Amino acid sequence: MSAFLSTLAQLGALIRKELLAVIKDPANRVLLLAPALLQAMLFGYGATYDLTDVPYAVLDQSRGAASTQLLARLDGTGVFKRAATLDSPQQIAEIIDDGQALMALSIPPDFESRLAAGLQAPLQVILDARNSLTAGSAASYVASIVADFNRDRAGGGVTLVRRAWFNPNLESRWNIMPGLIATLSMVQTLLLAALSVAREREQGTFDQLLVTPLTPMLILIGKALPSMLVGLVQSTIIFLIVRFWFHIPMSGSLLLMYLGLLIFTGATVGMGLSISALSLTMQQAMLYTFMLVMPLVLLSGLITPVGNMPRVLQIATYANPLRFGLDIVRRVYLEGAGLATIGLDFIPLLAVAAVTLPLAAWLFRNRLS
Amino acid sequence: MTGDTGFVLRLAALLRKETRQMLRDKTNLAVGLLLPVALILLFGYGLSFDVKNAPIALVLEDSSPAARDVVAGLQGSRYLDPVGVTDIAAAERLMRVGKVEGIVRVPADFSRQFALGQARIQLLLNGVDSNTASLIESYVNGAIAVWAQRQTDRAGGMAPAAGAVAVVQRLWFNEAGSSTWYLVPGLIVLVFTLIGAFLTSLLIAREWERGTLESLFVTPVRPLELILAKLAPYLVVGGIDLALCLLAARFLFEVPIRGSLAVIVIASMLYLAVSLLLGLFISGAMRNQFKASQLALLASFLPAMMLSGFVFDLRNVPAVVRAISELLPATHFMRLIKTLFLAGDNWPMILRECAILLLYSGALLLAVRRTLRKTLD
Repeated sequence: MSAFLSTLAQLGALIRKELLAVIKDPANRVLLLAPALLQAMLFGYGATYDLTDVPYAVLDQSRGAASTQLLARLDGTGVFKRAATLDSPQQIAEIIDDGQALMALSIPPDFESRLAAGLQAPLQVILDARNSLTAGSAASYVASIVADFNRDRAGGGVTLVRRAWFNPNLESRWNIMPGLIATLSMVQTLLLAALSVAREREQGTFDQLLVTPLTPMLILIGKALPSMLVGLVQSTIIFLIVRFWFHIPMSGSLLLMYLGLLIFTGATVGMGLSISALSLTMQQAMLYTFMLVMPLVLLSGLITPVGNMPRVLQIATYANPLRFGLDIVRRVYLEGAGLATIGLDFIPLLAVAAVTLPLAAWLFRNRLS
Repeated sequence: MTGDTGFVLRLAALLRKETRQMLRDKTNLAVGLLLPVALILLFGYGLSFDVKNAPIALVLEDSSPAARDVVAGLQGSRYLDPVGVTDIAAAERLMRVGKVEGIVRVPADFSRQFALGQARIQLLLNGVDSNTASLIESYVNGAIAVWAQRQTDRAGGMAPAAGAVAVVQRLWFNEAGSSTWYLVPGLIVLVFTLIGAFLTSLLIAREWERGTLESLFVTPVRPLELILAKLAPYLVVGGIDLALCLLAARFLFEVPIRGSLAVIVIASMLYLAVSLLLGLFISGAMRNQFKASQLALLASFLPAMMLSGFVFDLRNVPAVVRAISELLPATHFMRLIKTLFLAGDNWPMILRECAILLLYSGALLLAVRRTLRKTLD
């Protein structure tokens, strides 16, 4: 019993030392907390696919009632803004090339007469597809406006009634922001854990730690908990911004989300500590972290869906804790998913933690420079 | 004259030292050359916004030929992968567990309402992935519009046709509308941003921590010589990375390179210098490896990915955030490199953005020099 208590006391001392090493320096405190806040705000506004401003140019050679009506519908969206009215087709290249207009509409002279004759009247839409995503969204927006226009002229047809679950206006911010709760904290936590042992190695204090009565397992816990704590605090800051600044409604259980975040952070810290135990210098730890962070973020589904990836990569993502951490947070937050729906997501996370944490502990002893 | 030879001699000595130090730790070089290759493969093959075979559920509550015909257009599409489901409750269950991304429901009175000219089809979407959801909506919309048009044409003999506007769409610069074409040029920006951040951001901080910078103070070495010696080896690594990226873009992913190659290389090396100098500046200003590495990570990867116009179009961003993103050198290089790849030489833009990058590298060079002034604290 007393042995257990003294172990606990030792562990407590180690955790206190680790925490102090990180947060004693005011500059470090700023470095670990301010970026989460700043990035959540910046990316909250900056990371959006939703078209808000499409400047367009128009070359209306028909100047009839129908083309005027169609253009009025376009202007009525508030998204399409007329940047220029052109007189000749040659001007189109000019205005699109230097980005003054994202889109040019060319209405042929016989537009009105063909419509009146009951024929098809072509409307040429030229898009700057340097950003294929923006071009695609603008194109489908125009297509739906034209479809409405046609239906109203024909006096009937088929209406598609859309209802989107969990994100009624299909705002991309709703998709990205909950994802950032997991992503932003992971990036810094991984580096924090990766530097923790590497720094002591470089400064020579790790050998001293190894000759203390602490077992590698206890050193591991002492190193892991402070990093996890920092990660969870960062996640909480981002969560509060998402919930109360951007007012994205949360439908699921806070408890389940935090359970997911806890296990996710554990897996992240396990990877970070394994890197740390492998590195001899801080430079190496940082390089390995960079090497890992990129694919983890890119293959997580944060910006491109996992379902669009080739089969092989989809399988590779099972080793990516961020993919599942992200999925848990997103689905609990937006869909209100319960443990029954997302329970399977926990398995890969637990597996990564179960491999990396013991591996790090083993490496502490067995990788001496 | 002697001053000049002294400069050359000292620079040569420092260069030898920095190059050896870079080559000694193989991880440096490995990451410097491996990371671009890994990113090239990830970007070219892994990342895509182009939805393919999105699973959707079809609920046909109306068994008339018209109802079956209207959804037939969805079957052949390579974007959608429809599965028939007997009733809406089953379809909703599938969507709740994430087996389908959307539900197309044709109501029981569809054909009757269609005859009256007011038919409705319901589309339920899982809005969590808003981008995929929007794409599915536009595919379904398109398929239905095509069908409705055909019906009107067929009825043309009887009813007076109203005529219809047909959208003829042309995508300039990226004719296939492929997201690979717009992601791959951005890759160069990302690679260079990262190289700067992770290869140079610890160089000065490490020397401060180990006290070797203080020993340099008693030598005739001047800050500028030190900076040049620290930059040069990594400019060579960056040059190799650029060659890798260009070759992959051209031959692996067949992205067109419509601008002149010389301009691309010059602009890229200019941005590489900015990025390396930024790393050195962080390193010199922090004088501590822990802080320098955290800051380098924060200042490089995520801003370059999220705010530079790499993925998210800056046109959609509020003015304040746009102003901040204009402060990032990555934004300027991103705009330039995408235009150079896909649109061609646009001289006003080339000159403007290159001037901005040159300004940045000049300012950063002065800033790094300040951090290296021979003062002890």
